[in-house]
Amino acid sequence: MERLRPEDLDKIAERMKKSMSLREGAGKARIAVHMGTCGIAAGARKIMSALLQCVDDSAVKDVILTTSGCAGLCSREPMITVELAGKAPVKYVDLTAEKAKRIFTEHVLNGRIVAEYALALGSEQVL
Amino acid sequence: MKNFRTHLMLCAGTGCVSNGSFRIKATLEHELARHELEDEVAVIMTGCNGFCAQGPVMTVLPEGIFYQLLTDENIPRLVEEHFLKGRPVKKLMYAPPAEKAPIPLMSDIGFFKKQRLIALRNRGLIDPEKIDEYIARGGYKALAKALISMSPLEIIEEIKKSGLRGRGGAGYPTGTKWQSAARHKSDVKYIICNADEGDPGAFMDRSIIEGDPHTVIEGMAIAGRAVGSRHGLVYIRTEYPIALKRLNLAIEQAREYGLLGKGIFGTDFDFDITVFRGAGAFVCGESSAMRASIQGEPPEPSSKHIHATEKGLWEKPTVLNNVETLAVVPEIIRRGADFFAGIGTEKSKGTKVFALVGKVKNTGLVEVPMGTTLREIIFDIGGGIQGDREFKAVQTGGPSGGCIPASLLDLPVDFESLTDVGSMMGSGGMIVMDEDTCMVDVARYFLDFLRDESCGKCTACREGTDVMYQIVTAICEGKGGEESIPMLEELGQAVRDASMCALGTSAPNPLLSTLRYFREEYEAHIRDRRCPAGVCKALITFTIDPIKCKACLLCNKNCPQGAISGEKKKPQTIDQANCIKCGVCRDVCKFKAVTVT
Repeated sequence: MERLRPEDLDKIAERMKKSMSLREGAGKARIAVHMGTCGIAAGARKIMSALLQCVDDSAVKDVILTTSGCAGLCSREPMITVELAGKAPVKYVDLTAEKAKRIFTEHVLNGRIVAEYALALGSEQVL
Repeated sequence: MKNFRTHLMLCAGTGCVSNGSFRIKATLEHELARHELEDEVAVIMTGCNGFCAQGPVMTVLPEGIFYQLLTDENIPRLVEEHFLKGRPVKKLMYAPPAEKAPIPLMSDIGFFKKQRLIALRNRGLIDPEKIDEYIARGGYKALAKALISMSPLEIIEEIKKSGLRGRGGAGYPTGTKWQSAARHKSDVKYIICNADEGDPGAFMDRSIIEGDPHTVIEGMAIAGRAVGSRHGLVYIRTEYPIALKRLNLAIEQAREYGLLGKGIFGTDFDFDITVFRGAGAFVCGESSAMRASIQGEPPEPSSKHIHATEKGLWEKPTVLNNVETLAVVPEIIRRGADFFAGIGTEKSKGTKVFALVGKVKNTGLVEVPMGTTLREIIFDIGGGIQGDREFKAVQTGGPSGGCIPASLLDLPVDFESLTDVGSMMGSGGMIVMDEDTCMVDVARYFLDFLRDESCGKCTACREGTDVMYQIVTAICEGKGGEESIPMLEELGQAVRDASMCALGTSAPNPLLSTLRYFREEYEAHIRDRRCPAGVCKALITFTIDPIKCKACLLCNKNCPQGAISGEKKKPQTIDQANCIKCGVCRDVCKFKAVTVT
């Protein structure tokens, strides 16, 4: 192992950032894959793997990928909800791995909502 | 490091490990693999999370959901529901005793909400066995700053300005200690980290080393630079196997990165650390006894006409700092003295770690700003008293500390305020006692501990603690006389005056403070032959209230002496001659029919 120089500390911190920033919970984007029984049956696991691959392949360090329960619209599964920091969440329906990858590139990375896959903007009201 | 979507921060502090967290880790990994989640969800073992009462505990990140009291049996359901289907399992979350609905987020739990972490800043957030994770949270930045852009004098000035005082007990200003050692010229100087934590119920230092060993290493290296020392030594008890293992691993990793050894960060500064295992004598936490122990001599304190910063270990200038003191040093250097000095009270700056134990609901490790009141610590963070009994006293400062009564609950905790009320900060043990605790019995317990641990060098301490123990034991047995209390007070004063080290001079504290605040309990034992808390066996009688007794016979069946008799469907009675006062009948009675007088 090479002896560290002061600037190496930042390099290590940078290298670790992807996994460490996840623990801090503050990301620029949050993707929830709906993993109810319906979602899993419709292929949500594949969507999750595809998205995890996207995060791995891209340079972003602050995208949080998480699971969530059934979104209530079982007939349109697999579904995901994408929420960019400070923006209203967007629900996507009838997904495939390819569609998920496109959403990741366009919406998550570049902030453009993929209107053709999107179901709605915003969340339900909770009393 | 590979990317996962979820990190499960499973506590691997000593408390949770004894409750089976390694077994839970294996079950978790097995279940995750069964659902093919092993590439999505990572299990990370962390240091002590602090909420030991609810262990084994686990925090799910990034959501911050807190699971508690985990067992093997509930892991399959947890993995399937939460990590596969995304439905957090409410049943395994923490519910504050007063409320029904579980509150899932860590930041919403009273125990965590009021704490402010400096020494414990990385607890539960990093894997203590991975140096990269420490670095990712800003680790070793302070050492780089200290070596490259600060002179040794500037480091000392910064520490002095921060107002940091030793966390091991005496509260001596750390900067002043360093300055004194820096002034003395010598080819060899030593930085010793005191990890000989011996107070019953205290585990602050153990948890810091277990959860974040690199912060101690970094603090020691900074101290080494400040005073001109190349030799670091950690004196740690052999009874701390997890802490020892992680400390040794951390030292190896730091050496591999060149953060210990020769020419650190390309400068001319050399520093390395050796680990010295102590055999667990309480007196070894005292500086001169520790020095003797390291030198291979019997661990007896010696007089300190010459300060250790001039002639300490092997007659060389030596700085001895406590684990927690060293753990906050990197944060002071990295964030500046004002950050630290801005927290706390006028004379006690920063935060303090306490091991909150005893009859409190949320047993665990807490870090709060100096000046936080006892009430906030015990009731807001600690959740109050178990079984909603009445609070009676809190014992601070370990066996050398005193018992503080309910009337002083609003006391802001700092070095001075605790000394003023006859106790002390000590290293941060905090034992909470309820109405069922007999204060005479408490004094007896601590005197027993101290007479055992006295090294025997000073007559006053060796004989005095033993005689005080005998008198207090006699009082507990109902054999005390009118002369007992004045004699105890005189003896206590004599031991305080005539002992050399802090063990002896503070040994009478538990006795004298209970005499000061709970004198009427001593008097009840002596004059009325009565133990008001119902603890001292010689003075209590168990009886069954015939009106409350529902004749369920539970006490009858459980009595180990067979001392309870009575006909079916009739109130039971206890044969006093046969009763050994074990209290089993009271514990099993569902109708509170067993009374103690």
